[in-house]
Amino acid sequence: MPEIEKRSIEKTVYELSSQGRSTNLMPECDVPEAKLPVDLLHEDLHLPELSELDVVRHFIRLSQRNFCVDSGFYPLGSCTMKYNPKINEACARLAGFSQSHPLQPIDTVQGNLALMFELQEWLKEIGGFAAVSLQPTAGAQGELTALLMMRAYFRDRDETGRTQILIPDSAHGTNPASTTMAGFEALEIPSDEHGNLDLAALKAACDASVAGLMITNPNTLGLFERNIESIVRCVHNCGGLVYGDGANMNALVGAVRPGDLGIDVMHYNLHKTFGTPHGGGGPGSGPLGVSEKLASYLPGPMVCRLKNAEKSEPAEKIKPVYTLFTPEKSIGRMNSHFGSFGVFVRAYAYILQHGAEGLKQSALHAVLNANYLRERLRGIYPLSHDRTCMHEFVLQGKIEGSSVRAVDISKRLLDYGFHPPTTYFPLIVPEALMIEPTETESKQTLDAFADALKAIAQEAVDHPETLQTAPHATPVGRLDEVRAARKLKLRDDGLQIKL
Amino acid sequence: MNYLPHTESERRAMLDTLGVSRMEELFADIPEHVRFPDLKLPLPPLPLSQMELEAHLRELAGQDVNATSHECFLGAGAYHHYIPATVDYVTGRGEFFTAYTPYQPEASQGMLQAMFEYQSMICQLTGMDVTNASHYDGATALAEAVRMALNLASDGRQKVILSPTVNPHYRETVQTYLLGSEASLIGEGVVPGEMGSLVALLDDRVAALVIQNPNFLGQFEDVAGLADQVHQAGALLIVVTDPIALGLFQPPGAYGADVVVADGQPLGIPLSFGGPYLGIFATRMQYVRQMPGRLVGETVDRSGRRGYVLTLAAREQHIRRARATSNICTNAGLMALAAATYLATLGKSGLRRVAELCYHKSHYAAQQLAERAGLAINPHKPDQPFFKEFSVQLPRPVEEVNRILLEDFGIIGGFDLGSCYFGFEQQMLIAVTEMKTKAAINRLVDALAKVTA
Ligand SMILES: Cc1ncc(COP(=O)(O)O)c(C=O)c1O
Repeated sequence: MPEIEKRSIEKTVYELSSQGRSTNLMPECDVPEAKLPVDLLHEDLHLPELSELDVVRHFIRLSQRNFCVDSGFYPLGSCTMKYNPKINEACARLAGFSQSHPLQPIDTVQGNLALMFELQEWLKEIGGFAAVSLQPTAGAQGELTALLMMRAYFRDRDETGRTQILIPDSAHGTNPASTTMAGFEALEIPSDEHGNLDLAALKAACDASVAGLMITNPNTLGLFERNIESIVRCVHNCGGLVYGDGANMNALVGAVRPGDLGIDVMHYNLHKTFGTPHGGGGPGSGPLGVSEKLASYLPGPMVCRLKNAEKSEPAEKIKPVYTLFTPEKSIGRMNSHFGSFGVFVRAYAYILQHGAEGLKQSALHAVLNANYLRERLRGIYPLSHDRTCMHEFVLQGKIEGSSVRAVDISKRLLDYGFHPPTTYFPLIVPEALMIEPTETESKQTLDAFADALKAIAQEAVDHPETLQTAPHATPVGRLDEVRAARKLKLRDDGLQIKL
Repeated sequence: MNYLPHTESERRAMLDTLGVSRMEELFADIPEHVRFPDLKLPLPPLPLSQMELEAHLRELAGQDVNATSHECFLGAGAYHHYIPATVDYVTGRGEFFTAYTPYQPEASQGMLQAMFEYQSMICQLTGMDVTNASHYDGATALAEAVRMALNLASDGRQKVILSPTVNPHYRETVQTYLLGSEASLIGEGVVPGEMGSLVALLDDRVAALVIQNPNFLGQFEDVAGLADQVHQAGALLIVVTDPIALGLFQPPGAYGADVVVADGQPLGIPLSFGGPYLGIFATRMQYVRQMPGRLVGETVDRSGRRGYVLTLAAREQHIRRARATSNICTNAGLMALAAATYLATLGKSGLRRVAELCYHKSHYAAQQLAERAGLAINPHKPDQPFFKEFSVQLPRPVEEVNRILLEDFGIIGGFDLGSCYFGFEQQMLIAVTEMKTKAAINRLVDALAKVTA
């Protein structure tokens, strides 16, 4: 055991630190030194003292303790862990993009603005919306932005009695959380036995107190809301607006435009649908598409093309073609600048490489892969709903004749070299395992994953403790999350501090 | 081109397994009249090969002036600092950037430990007890801090004093975030830099007082006794800061801040036209259960080995839903990794050195501009110390001066303070970081001397 222990613990930057060690990256000061305001200085700054090699080895060793799309299959439901093209990374690092300052005069950043303008236009077309703002920095911020816009919209119409937002019980947690932040009240609507929103319950809830409905389509069961048009009609009839949570848009690009279904406002997750990497937690980007009636409430600044912009003669100076504007009744700014510009570059590059047909093919294959994998697992694990799914599906991590739970199956998958599905979500399916293979995975990978899940099902019966004590092949074994929350240790800098 | 691995025969075999003949049949749940629209994605003819794509993007990026093509003296919240090669090397590892949020801790120890170390180093830097694993940027971190203070005020306090010297974009963002609440922001009309007038606004309806230090104008605020006054009034002190300044200057924790927020962009994150950046959020341990955002904590595995997990999740949207402390899910994990790598690389002496260089170089620039161009430095408060940014009074509009600097001298000039402050007309806010050589500063001085003569 001591052997393993040594190998499997990576010291922290503070533990690696040696007093007096440093890497000097900075030049000599080439100007006369100014007098420092001594009483404003701190006495000591306790940061690590490392050589550059210490730093590189440390973070590379950490990287080796991290599962990622680049190293293996990552079928994390609702997260769309598709391949992140490397060319997009190279493009985002071009100096014009990565080294330009957000407050530069607009005529010095025409390349950036052109890129943003085109991306706005493409997202309008893909979703069937009248306008798109790129500003929200993630899906959740898109939700909050839209809800604040809805609030402003109803205030302008003197309909301040609309205080409720209807949310299906299968919804992601950000939906109700954003609702509260925007000052609305979340009212949960149940799902029916087909995994769709319960239309009767929706009808009963729709009245003059309703500001809107937030709906994810395909929903978090991976099922297309078959009654979507009736749902939208029902909400519109009571004067409410329909918010589309676009986290699952990977199934729909080129297959249907949410705007054509009557959705009033929707966020995209560029970090899901449009192939930008998740960064181990972020950054993301959550552009918002809206119908005509909400367009003037969008957060600014947005990019537009100048009306009188003409191609100037080559000899003349380049005249600006694009500029920034803030919509007339804008709710204001949602963050410091324009949102996650570096993510826009990657999404822009992604769309250009695919074109309309390539995007549609991606959606078709995402749905093909999910249905194929689902079929391969039929009979091994109970399906939440036996219907054709879209880009993902939900199984139950239950095996007849075994006491193992979904978490055990998930942890065991790690030993087989696969990232587990989303586990215990959506909340409405007991022992949920939510599987989203994405279109960039091959049949061989899907088959290997299905075989692993099949082998695990057998293990669950033959020797359940192997699963219950899994994982065994990871740098650490199953971690004690209860202890982490009870004996809080949220920092370790080698100093004793009273917490 | 696209990234589909399917061969024709594989696709056929998969369709056969499903008993359908075409993939389109799987979409029958979508109402037919809107199914498979003809998407019009114009300009340029699509799709592009990787070679064509790169050429096209090079052409676009080539239209942009940037901090490597020109000397950049523009700051105002986003700065051109040196990024050690280690940062791009580490954040460029697919192991980190192609992972999701570490929901499966056993397979994500790398990112979790890196976040734990980020939290540890930011606590040291800010002088606070606990740091979360990031927000989108400085503005949204501040908005969340203000929301936390309002939620903590059990006695229904609904006012927040927001100093006018807080970054104007941050103030706008806070305003938007509060649209859904009853809360109001006050302090707008106070003369920038007059701490006494801000303190005078404290009463039993105020949940928090927010200052920026060094402030948006680059200067240090007079914080002596401030925290006591705020706390006596039953409010929280929220401080927006610049993490580079903390390499040399007292952390807000030392003068009594309850929440410290900052944009972590200066810590190894490129300007990238405004994002993605890093929202730093640190507070005191007593507020840990009310704070927003993810937290990484230390624990042990089944055999007692040390490991890291996401913890106190009961605050978060995926557990608490409508009653969560925030809706944040995706954050700025990779940017926090950049900051952790930056801080580990520069370390104790390196960060101090960066701060010293910023201080000396900006003071040299100010002194030269006063002497050789005859410009008034920080005209509104000439005696207040500053860190790496200062303002100068110009005899003509900033926009006009910037145009000449750009076209005739290859310089990206400073920020036009008159665009957001009354009484600051024709004042330019100039940022001088460690990236500026003496020669570059002299070029700016010569240029401004000429333009303003
Ligand atoms: C269905 C759904 N809605 C919303 C979100 C929130 O998006 P983000 O993490 O970008 O804030 C997610 C992401 O996990 C999701 O799966």
